[in-house]
Amino acid sequence: MNNLLVFPLIIPLLTAVALIFFHNRVMLQRWINAAGALLNVFVAGLIVREVKTEGIQTLHMGGWTPPYGIVFTADMLAALLVLTTTVLSTACLFYAFGSIGKERERHYFHPFFQFLIVGVNGSFLTGDLFNLFVCFEVMLIASYALIVLGGTKRQLRETLKYILINIVSSSFFVAAIAYIYGVAGTLNMAHLSLRIAEAGQGGILNVIAVLFLIVFALKAGLFLFFWLPGSYSAPPTAVKALFGALLTKVGIYAIVRTFSLIFYHQPELTHSLIGWMAVLTMILGGIGSIAYSDINRIINYNVVIGIGFISIGIAAATKQSLDGVVFYLMHDMIAKALLFLLGGMLIKAAGTSDLRQMGGLIKRYPLLGWMFFAVTLALVGIPPLSGFTGKLLIIQGGFAAGQYVWTGVALASSLLVLYSLMRVFMGAFFGEEQLAAAKEPVQMKGMISAAAVLLVLIVVIGIGSEWVYSFVSQAGDVLADPGIYINAVLKE
Amino acid sequence: MELMMAIAVGILFMIGVYLILSRSLLRIILGTSLLTHAVHLLLLTMARLKKGAPPLLGEQASAYTDPIPAALILTSIVISFGVTSFFFVLAYKSYQKLQTDDMEQLRGDEGE
Repeated sequence: MNNLLVFPLIIPLLTAVALIFFHNRVMLQRWINAAGALLNVFVAGLIVREVKTEGIQTLHMGGWTPPYGIVFTADMLAALLVLTTTVLSTACLFYAFGSIGKERERHYFHPFFQFLIVGVNGSFLTGDLFNLFVCFEVMLIASYALIVLGGTKRQLRETLKYILINIVSSSFFVAAIAYIYGVAGTLNMAHLSLRIAEAGQGGILNVIAVLFLIVFALKAGLFLFFWLPGSYSAPPTAVKALFGALLTKVGIYAIVRTFSLIFYHQPELTHSLIGWMAVLTMILGGIGSIAYSDINRIINYNVVIGIGFISIGIAAATKQSLDGVVFYLMHDMIAKALLFLLGGMLIKAAGTSDLRQMGGLIKRYPLLGWMFFAVTLALVGIPPLSGFTGKLLIIQGGFAAGQYVWTGVALASSLLVLYSLMRVFMGAFFGEEQLAAAKEPVQMKGMISAAAVLLVLIVVIGIGSEWVYSFVSQAGDVLADPGIYINAVLKE
Repeated sequence: MELMMAIAVGILFMIGVYLILSRSLLRIILGTSLLTHAVHLLLLTMARLKKGAPPLLGEQASAYTDPIPAALILTSIVISFGVTSFFFVLAYKSYQKLQTDDMEQLRGDEGE
């Protein structure tokens, strides 16, 4: 029992409620929101430290022991992801101060931001399947509001599709919960894992596992990502960065959790399905990322490639590759948020999102240019930066598991990432200065410093890999051996 | 009894999917609400439809029906209610602004 675990949920919730009362006073809203976000970062750090020294922490809501009540569980994976979420969302918030515009802020941008964090943190921490569904919905409803806020034609159009896809996938989620409740008679994840281990995962349980995979793949953009490039192009940059960094990663987290804790008995069926979906995701995402000359699209397809890459680690399911999944997940969340923020500034500086109409921006925006270059290297996985260790672990794990095709495609996908982002870098920052870029330089001091924080994090994680790995390895232990998680939740 | 319910759920799913695949936005929203009806009935059915008193301790019965799916369904109903009302308002707003409810015309142009 550890009451600290509820704070990553309570703090944003109370902040959001407080913010609703002050929606007309923009400056006050900013102060309250920033204070809430920073407090949350602090609490998340405390949780990571506690999990590091004392192992998995649990909290029984209302004092009901599991499996009867809802249990919050922070193993190292959940704690690290909560910390990453709070840090990068705070950076996005500070970016939003400079870019989102007073009109949106008056119309409840700040409360919706905090509600999104409630949903994301809740999804990471919960140990109950139905509560996971509820946290997903909290996150999604906040995201519907954030994606449409502002009400331009394009936003309205894309929100219609985004909501439709998510209603359908949420319906399937409830259906999958109904099936698993009918078969196993429980909803607590640890208890489910025990029951399924007793019954043996065959027949109907495999079907349910695949149904869960479809649901989470729709949320995460694993192979079923057809909705993602359009939807993620519509909202303003700060919101895009939150979506690209958090929403799909929650889906990936749900896949990691369900297929390492609950459905791990038949990897030749479920995990190879994940592996092949990941391969197709990387190939299709790679094609998309080099096909367009629209910067939004290029970045969105890079999100898709990242999802595929992480899933290779899940599918290989060795201790090493699971370590890699945790490491790469943290890196990818931060780096994708940074990529979206820099992409947003780039579009603002050039006055267009079409790569063909850009050029020569390096003269006016050298800092922006070299930051974009750095994040490109980080995403490709060049050694001193954060992407390298995660990629190395996933690829080593993949080869150790004998999955040469999957791992080969994963390696090749790095080249496509490199090509697509370098094309943006070379096209936008070098060459002749274009007419659109020759206008007055855009002021973006505040935005650049928010992005710089994330860049520093990427460098620190990259250089301090050894230190970060001591945390990551603890998370990988739990993923590789579900017994640790079950013991922590049920035998207290 | 479960068999009958399963067939009913199947039919609801069928109509829901058919409506979602149509072109008019209102039909799509109706399709999603039929889909949520279907999953709520499924949740009820999958917990077995055994005979028992309603889950109220004042009933003093020897057997009660399972209270958990009822709680789950209640939660899911209010969520889908919220989402559906948002979806309706969004459809209204986009009809005002985009002047169409035809999904074919809401595709969006490439490179925009």
